[in-house]
Amino acid sequence: MRASATVVAEADGRGGTRLAVLRGESPLLLRRTGPRGAGGTTVHLVGGAAGPLRGDDLRLDIEVGPGAVLEMLSVAASLALPGRPGPPSRLTVTATVAAGGTLRWLPEPLIAAAGCDHIAVTRVDVADGGTLLWRDDLVCGRHDEPSGAVRADTTIRYAGATLYRHELAVGPGAPGWDGAAVLGGGRAVGTLVAAGSGLPEPGVAGPNAAVMPLAGPGVLATAVGADIREVRAALDPLCRRPAIAS
Amino acid sequence: MSLATLLLLADGRLPSGGHAHSGGLEPQIAAGRVRDIRELDGFLRGRLATGGLVSAAFAAAACGDVGRAAELDAGLDARTPSPALRKASRAQGRALLRAGRAMWRLASLPSREPHQPVALGALASAAGLTPVEAAVAAAHGTITGSASAAVRLLGLDPYAVHALLARLAPECDRIAALAAERHGDPVDDLPAAGAPLLDIGAEHHATWEVRLFAS
Repeated sequence: MRASATVVAEADGRGGTRLAVLRGESPLLLRRTGPRGAGGTTVHLVGGAAGPLRGDDLRLDIEVGPGAVLEMLSVAASLALPGRPGPPSRLTVTATVAAGGTLRWLPEPLIAAAGCDHIAVTRVDVADGGTLLWRDDLVCGRHDEPSGAVRADTTIRYAGATLYRHELAVGPGAPGWDGAAVLGGGRAVGTLVAAGSGLPEPGVAGPNAAVMPLAGPGVLATAVGADIREVRAALDPLCRRPAIAS
Repeated sequence: MSLATLLLLADGRLPSGGHAHSGGLEPQIAAGRVRDIRELDGFLRGRLATGGLVSAAFAAAACGDVGRAAELDAGLDARTPSPALRKASRAQGRALLRAGRAMWRLASLPSREPHQPVALGALASAAGLTPVEAAVAAAHGTITGSASAAVRLLGLDPYAVHALLARLAPECDRIAALAAERHGDPVDDLPAAGAPLLDIGAEHHATWEVRLFAS
């Protein structure tokens, strides 16, 4: 299955944000949710079909204009599944954030079901003066099953320079992924990249988590847990919505 | 190419301060995740496939074209979210340059304190080695340093630890070959495999008052 979706958010000139484009197709359906107000606009990603399944090629493009505030959430975890033999499933998410724009990407976790083969590609480009909060959680296998194969490949650029470049591979074909260097038997991992203004305070955020100032203008919070609850306990407090920004 | 020169560069006795670093092993031992040879095996395989691959690719790239040192250094910054690990890498890069300047005629680098793989690539280039040789030295260094730290921290049988390193040698060659193949790629396209527990462990480790290793 091939599908693409696009969100373009822009300032409406009255202190709010309007969606100039909101277009999706199954399984990437998009719904505007929440009140229309000064706090920005919320869009939920709604899974319109099972998967991603092997062979799926999905793409989501997000554009946040100057002064616009967009929050992207999802209604449920996405579940990467094996499907028929074929190339790996792939989800490519691209986002651009203009100066003065804010993007909060806070979806539910991706679950790597046993036997899946999935590639998640993320390319984010934030202009100088833009604000980003980018969360990705991964659960390695459903309850009591081995993890499928997931490769996450993330590049986040800020003000024209690469701020954060990260790949993570879990499951069959990823040597040592469950060893003590990578996840150490943990079955859930979450990362949160913050760039621009309102960065979280660096420090150790629990025994298996840390909030780290990047070399560039941003912060990474990472947490590893036996399950997703431990990851949420470390990262959710860093994702709370600020009091309505003026 | 000179095999003896490659051996010199990869030798743990090179006076570049590598013995002061456990490659992230000390905090994982403290967390109870590495207690025996089997768990050391898992640690080293993960380290080799992540930091080892990245170090090998960047050492190969710097060896292939020392003129890219500045952009490669920035690329490693973007791949090293932990400030403690950035500091450890730059300290080792500086120490390696010091040793290297005494051994060969090094090209001048934009930084006195480059990331360790960039320094290693610069030394390899000055020594007349090829990118794949630089990659092998880098990949080899990422596991041998941690392995000798394991002997000291856990009191493991040194024969058993070296037997493990012998089993990992083909994987080390494979990772180095993968890394070297890509050495001419744009910096954003070079390997970026990360290891969350190494980052988290390094940040916790940096807060300890007493530790045996610098990182």
